Parts: sequence; structure tokens; C-alpha cells
Amino acid sequence: MTFVAKTNIDTVEHASTTADTQQPWAALGLKADEYDRIREILGRRPTIAELAMYSVMWSEHCSYKSSKVHLAQFSENTTDEMNAKLLVGIGENAGVVDIGDGWAVTFKVESHNHPSYIEPYQGAATGVGGIVRDIMSMGARPIAVMDSLRFGAIDHADTLRVLPGIVAGVGGYGNCLGLPNIGGEVVFDSCYQGNPLVNALSVGKMRIEDIHLAKASGVGNLVVLFGAKTGGDGIGGVSVLASETFDADGSAKRPAVQVGDPFAEKVLIECCLDLYAAHVVDGIQDLGGAGLSCATSELASNGDGGMRVWLDRVPLRDTSLRVEEILMSESQERMMAVVEPAKLAEFMAITKRWDVEATVVGEVTDGKHLEVFWGDEQIIDVPPRSVAHDGPIYNRPMQRPAYLDALQGNVPDDLARPADGEGLKAALLSLMASPNLCDKSWITGQYDRYVMGNTALATPDDAGVVRVDEETGRGVAISTDCNSRYAKLDPYAGAQLALAEAYRNVATAGAVPLAISDCLNFGSPEDPGVMWQFAEAVRGIAQGCRTLGIPVTGGNVSLYNQTGDVAIHPTPLVAVLGVMDDVARRTPSGWKATVSGESDQAIYVLGTTADEFGGSAWTQVAHDHLGGLPPRVDLERERQLGEILVGASRDGLVLAAHDLSEGGLAVALAEASLRNGFGARIWLDEVCERDGVDAFTLLFSESTGRAIVAVAATAEARFTDLCMATGFAHARIGVVDGEAGALDVQGHFTLPLDELRTAHTSTLPAIFASR
Amino acid sequence: MRIGVVTFPGSLDDHDARRAVRIAGGEPVTLWHGDDSLLDVDAVVLPGGFSYGDYLRAGAIARFAPVMSALIPAAKGGLPVLGICNGFQILCESHLLPGAMIQNDHRTFICRDQRLRVENATTAWTSDFMPGEEITIVLKNQDGQYVADEATLDELEGEGRVTFRYVVEEGGHNPNGSYRDIAGITNRRGNVVGLMPHPEHSVEAGYGPSLDGLTFFTSVLKSVVNA
Repeated sequence: MTFVAKTNIDTVEHASTTADTQQPWAALGLKADEYDRIREILGRRPTIAELAMYSVMWSEHCSYKSSKVHLAQFSENTTDEMNAKLLVGIGENAGVVDIGDGWAVTFKVESHNHPSYIEPYQGAATGVGGIVRDIMSMGARPIAVMDSLRFGAIDHADTLRVLPGIVAGVGGYGNCLGLPNIGGEVVFDSCYQGNPLVNALSVGKMRIEDIHLAKASGVGNLVVLFGAKTGGDGIGGVSVLASETFDADGSAKRPAVQVGDPFAEKVLIECCLDLYAAHVVDGIQDLGGAGLSCATSELASNGDGGMRVWLDRVPLRDTSLRVEEILMSESQERMMAVVEPAKLAEFMAITKRWDVEATVVGEVTDGKHLEVFWGDEQIIDVPPRSVAHDGPIYNRPMQRPAYLDALQGNVPDDLARPADGEGLKAALLSLMASPNLCDKSWITGQYDRYVMGNTALATPDDAGVVRVDEETGRGVAISTDCNSRYAKLDPYAGAQLALAEAYRNVATAGAVPLAISDCLNFGSPEDPGVMWQFAEAVRGIAQGCRTLGIPVTGGNVSLYNQTGDVAIHPTPLVAVLGVMDDVARRTPSGWKATVSGESDQAIYVLGTTADEFGGSAWTQVAHDHLGGLPPRVDLERERQLGEILVGASRDGLVLAAHDLSEGGLAVALAEASLRNGFGARIWLDEVCERDGVDAFTLLFSESTGRAIVAVAATAEARFTDLCMATGFAHARIGVVDGEAGALDVQGHFTLPLDELRTAHTSTLPAIFASR
Repeated sequence: MRIGVVTFPGSLDDHDARRAVRIAGGEPVTLWHGDDSLLDVDAVVLPGGFSYGDYLRAGAIARFAPVMSALIPAAKGGLPVLGICNGFQILCESHLLPGAMIQNDHRTFICRDQRLRVENATTAWTSDFMPGEEITIVLKNQDGQYVADEATLDELEGEGRVTFRYVVEEGGHNPNGSYRDIAGITNRRGNVVGLMPHPEHSVEAGYGPSLDGLTFFTSVLKSVVNA
């Protein structure tokens, strides 16, 4: 490319002699003491390019400066035994887990909340693109995505504005990328008005020996930038967008949102996999948040030497970009590799075959600094660790919110409850039609769940399940969960409840839970109440993981999710990954016909039910109420339940299984019936008597550690033996009835499936469909 | 029996199509968009995906790929060719099949298990089906609405070249607004078939809604033997 001369470049030399120059550190999101610290590190004022680099890398989004002190609990609570399956842990682009037979999987969930609020389609699309590149940069082939979306009230104007674009962006990018979207969540709550949450997850697979890391080592090795050209999109996205609260009077922030090109990323995936297979990549890093600033400083910081980069060699879409803009641009679909000189020709031949532009922009040096030049002029000369890893750390003030006592004291015990069968039936219908429990296929039907041909389960089943090894059927199950109403009432318990539900969902599908990733969405860390919520949630997850014996592999923190003074409910999303020897044996969630007209299938409920309605779906739908305490967490019980579900699946004892969560037993029975259009006859008296609860409580309470399963008559004895071996509560509550076409809760109500289906499926199309 | 599967930049279901060929008992052969050779294969699948990103019009650029300069004359000479989804769009853009695909009438991507009726069980890719048989395979597309002028549609119907139709419940809509519920068509000779739904995703128990897709591939393996 031709060298474009830049005028008025602020060089290192110039900075050394102009200490008093006023610099725009505040506009770049830095605080005064942070700016002072940069001057102290460098022993002079930073150049504008250095200032840009520090500002994005020391942003909340990149540096985790408010959260780091708390996140340390994850590693402190990880025992050697938990670490045994972990091949790569927290701190890399994504964690990597050993799933057996020489296979490794890497997975991570990341937020793209603020960009999706500003520009719903591109914000959500590039959220998918970014997490997929994280997975690619570990050396893996991405094999699936999931998306957890949270919106304001379903009929609020802001929801109507952002939802169609976010859904189309998730679909438009993921579908074109050829990755099956196998699950996630869609949640509506007025707390997300003006601050929707887009949490994107990706999972990838590789052979253990193919793991790649982001580090630049080997003096004389070349630094190659490849993929899309660098443009003016997404400049300062991490510092300006993701690390600040929006206020109504602020300027329009559209230029800070990136624009995605899924075709370019699809080609980049295939190109990267060919590069890995040819063993021509020494180190690799994707360009996401903070763009070149992040990729160069992290590669150099993780390596053993220095790095020199010539910024004028970076291919540009727009040659008028200033040097600091080139460094901060978050243009998508770019990667940076470290390549031995002897392997460069082969590297270039592979990129050419895929029509991917690749440019040598720098080299690994034997120095200690990251040095960046524009032509002959040096514009950056910094210790890379000071940029990438030794950023500021804040131990921010925390305070239990004053409102919490009143909120927890506002128990739901006195809310009017249905008094008879008709009332129970009406309650179930209204729950099944409610925004959070209604059929989501208007949304999930816009995502390709079949591409790659390895999808064994997808939403609305409890977990997404994909095959990893086509020979053996070995594969993984993933579920993402969070009930932020619980977390609002008690962030510690709420985080553990999210962990418990995701764990239970994975086990319900028949997989052994192995590891978690999390995405911690909270309000402003500058609010002591929010900081307290955050600390409690992290403590909950860390201690919960220790009890369950599964490690945290990494994740993402998204702060400043609030509009004005009003923060979202704390939303500590947990993704649990589990493994199965053969995913063809996974347990689906719906009743179905047995092979060759086998005799009856019995329905069992596992676990016990107490009167626990705090934060429940019923209190929200029936009374618009939020108060009291969330259901009690018992992770030991979850583990026992998981062992039964996994064992029953492995031994072929269960034909279907579904976890009990929002809406309780009633909603679980209704969903299992609607899945394949098979009704059921249910009797409640025995369990009501055993647990000391009435029919309403048994049907709608959200006690944890419960699931329903369908067991063939021929397997009942073995199944009950399995439960009794650990003394786990189980009760036969009914039979699958394919002929009845109804959910018949005997002695209370009979609900025809057609009526149930109409209520369940009409809600989203009525609001969002164009036809 | 060697069946080629073309990989364009942006092809997504090429791996799946090769797997389907293998499960049906054939030998899958990878064909590259940039080569103008068909490597002596006995039949070709143009797989689903977003070739070249489909930013201009689905299939409009793929049609000019070097591999198509070999494929178009071979198809006219009788080589069995199956275009699935994006492959169907490429066949229309190449004028190997009439009509065109536009955006779904509801303007959103759709992915679902779809019932189809086999209207023509005599083509190279459908001979193992029974005429009138109903099958369920995966449908997933953004630009799946099949359109053509009335004369073309009448001609297709008159010559029995409508190969698959969406099964639509009384009073319902087909999934993308396709004229006359057409899901797939064939050429006069019956060697070129294009359809929007995806048979390659319905070939293995446990993955996909049925095994109905396998019949496409067993059909072509037999027709190649009999040719």
C-alpha cells in the first residue's frame, strides 16, 4: 500500500519535550488520577496515540478495574480437583475444558448490551461476531452459538424499537456464519427498558494439541494483521459506550458502534482453521474491543520480548483516519497472528486461497517495550503490561441497599391465590401466555439451529446439545440461565439460583456438568448499592461452583447498565457446559410416542415442594409483585438430582425429562405436553400430602432441585431403585396420554392442548409479526 | 459413486451435504468454486449457505464462479445436479431452472421442520420416493419465496416439473410466500432439481426431524447406476 503522510503527528520525541500540552484524557473516559499514573509510568506525558491506547485498555470493559478484586474469588475457590479438567483458565480469550478422547472445547459468554441499545441490528450482530472470534483465537472451530436477550416490558415502545433489530442481527450474523443457534433466553422486564441485554455465547472444539494462545514470542517473528481492512467504525466502543451510563442529553453515539460482515467472518473462520492445520501460527489474537490497541498490547504483554509495529502498514478503508483512531477502531472481522519468518510464505498462500487480505505489520523484538511507528516516526513506546494487565484496580465502596429490607419484607404470602380448579386452570393459561413463559419460536425460528448437522437438542429443550466427534457421538450440552427477579431480592442467592438452574438443565438433558462461564450484567459500579450486588453475586457463584465441583473458565463483566439513577436488576448470567459420551442418547423435554407402541409411560416428579413464591412467575403475572425472598438454594440436592438424571439417561431409563423452574410444576407439565402434542393425566394428592402443601403450591411454587421425567413402564422399577439408592424424593404423579389431547390434572381441571397451544403461541406474533 | 459438493466462499451446508452423500453410500468429492473442473464426478450438489455473502442477490455472484462454467454445460448434458437453498438460487440465476427467489413474504428468516409433498418421483433425485408421499425435512431461509410469471408456472405444472410443494393447512400460508406453494422444481430432463428445504439435515437419527432427506441421495446413486 502507499504511504500516506500524516501531518502533525504527536511523536514520542515531541511528547518528551512538551510536558505541558493539554490532553483530552477526560473526553477519552480517563479519570485525573489515571492520567497522572500514565505520566508516571512513562516518565513523560503520553503521545495522543499512547493516550488513546491507555484510555481504551484501561476502560472498565477491558481492564475490569472495578470488578477485578471480586473476580479473584473465582480462582480462590477453584480446587486442584476442579482444575483437573481445565486446560486453559480465566484470563485468556476463552477457557478450555477437556471433554475426553483428546477433545477440548472452549466456550464463553460476552455482553454487547450498549451497542445493541444504540444500533440494535449491528450491535447484536457484532456481539455474535466478537464472541465467535474469541473462540477462533483459541485455535478452535466454533460449533454453536446461544443468545440470552433481555428487553423491557413487551409492549413498551423501547422494546418495539430494539427487539426486531436485535433478533434480526443475531440471526443475520449467526445464520450467515453457519453456526447453529441452539438456545439462550428471551426475558421481558421493565427494568431493561432503555438498557436491553444482549449476552452472546459461543462454543468451539479442537483437539487438545491444537490449543492456541495469544502471545508474541520468538525474536524476529512476524506480526501479521489479516481479515478486513480497518475503518472508522466502533472507535472508542469499549470506553465511551460500554463503560459509561447513557444520559438523555448526551450526544448521539452511533459512530462508536461497529458494523459487521458475517461473510467476511465465515471466510476468516475457514482461513484460520486452514492456518492452524498447517501449523503456521505461533500466537493469535482476535481484534474486538479496543481493536489494535488490545491485540498488540496483549500479544506483547503475554510474550517474552517486545514488539514493534508500523501502523502505516495497516490496510485502511478510510485513509483519513488519524493514528489514534486506527489504534482504537473496532472494525470487525480482523485477526492478528505471530508467524515465524520461514512459515510466512505458506501463511500468505493460505490467506490468498481464501481471498483474505494479510499484511505483515510488525515483528517481535528482544526489547521490553511495545513500539509503534508511523513511517519513521515513533508514536508509541510503552511497557505492554502497563497497558494490558497492570491497569488501575478499584476497591469501590459497597453498601447493602437500604431498600432491601422493605423489599424482602414484602412477602407474597397474602396475595390472593386461586381457590378452585377453574382458578388453577386460568392461572396456568395466563402464565403460559405471559411474555416470559410464552412460546418464543417467533424469535428462535429466525435462527438456524440445524446448520452443521450436529444439533441433537435446541431451544425450547432444557439445554442445547451438539455433537463434537462425528465418529463417537461425544458432544456437549450448554444452558444459560438467570432469573434477575431472584437476584434483585438477594443477589447472592440469585446468582446461585442461576448456577443451579443452568446446572440442572444440562443434567436434565443427560450431560455431566463440567464447567461454567458467566456474564455479569449490573448497573454502575460507582453506586455502592450496585457494587454490593455485584460482590454478593460473585461470591455466590464462586462458592456455588466450589460446592458443585465445577470451575469458572472465564466470562465477562458488563457494568453501567442503567439509565439515569435506575440500574437494571442484577443479572448474573451463568452458562454451564456439560459433556456426554454420545449425544444421540440425550434426553428431550417433551413427551413422545415410545417405539413400537410400548406400554404406558409414567410421569415422576423428583424433589420436594415448599411454599416458595418470592420472585416467582406467578407473583409477577398474577399480581405484578416482586418481594420476599427467592426459593431456597440447596446445591447438594442439585448435585444429587443431576446424578440421577444423568444416570437415568445413560442407562436409557427416561424417555423425557424437564426441569422445574419459572412457573413450577404446572408450566413444566404444560411445556412437556405441548412439545410434541402428547397430553398427560396427573394426580397431585399423594405429593401434596407428602410435602404438606396444597394443589396451588405444588403446581406453581418454584422450589429448586426438582424435575419431571417420563419413564417407560418396563423401566420403572430400575428408575425408582436409582432414586432410592440416594434417598432422593420421587413420586409417581401421572401418565403420558397421547390420545386425550389434554393436560388433565385430576380433581382440579382439564386443559385441552389446543387451548393451551393457542394461549402459548399467540403472544409474540400478536405484537411483533408482520403477517 | 462419486458425488461432488461445491464449496463457494460462504457455503455453509457443504460439509453436511458431503456427510449425507457418505451416509447414503456414495463417495463425497469436494469441488472448489475457483476451479473449473468437476473432477469426473457422477453428480453434483450445490449446497446451502450465503455464497459470497449474498449481498447483491442470492446466488447472483456464485453463478459466475469458474466451477459453474464447467457445471452449466454438464448439467445441460444430463449430469444430475441438486441445488439446495442457496444452490437452488444459484440454479435459477444460472438459468438451469426457471423463476427466481425473493425475500420471504414475512421478511424474516425462518427455520423450522417443514412438511412437503413429493409431486414428481421420477427425477434423478426423487426416484426413491412414492408420488404424493409426504415428507418432513428442515426448512431455513431468508430469500425462499419462489416466484415466476404465470406462463412459467403453468408450464411447470403442465409438464409435471413441480417436484415438491409445501403442505399447507387449510386457510394457512406456506412458509415463505412461494407461488403455488412450490418448494422445488426440476428441468425438463429431470436431472437438475432445486429446492429450498434441506434434505442433508434429515439423514441421521437424533439429528434433524426425520430420515426423509436420505432418499434424495439414495435416489441419485441408483439413477447414476441405471444411467
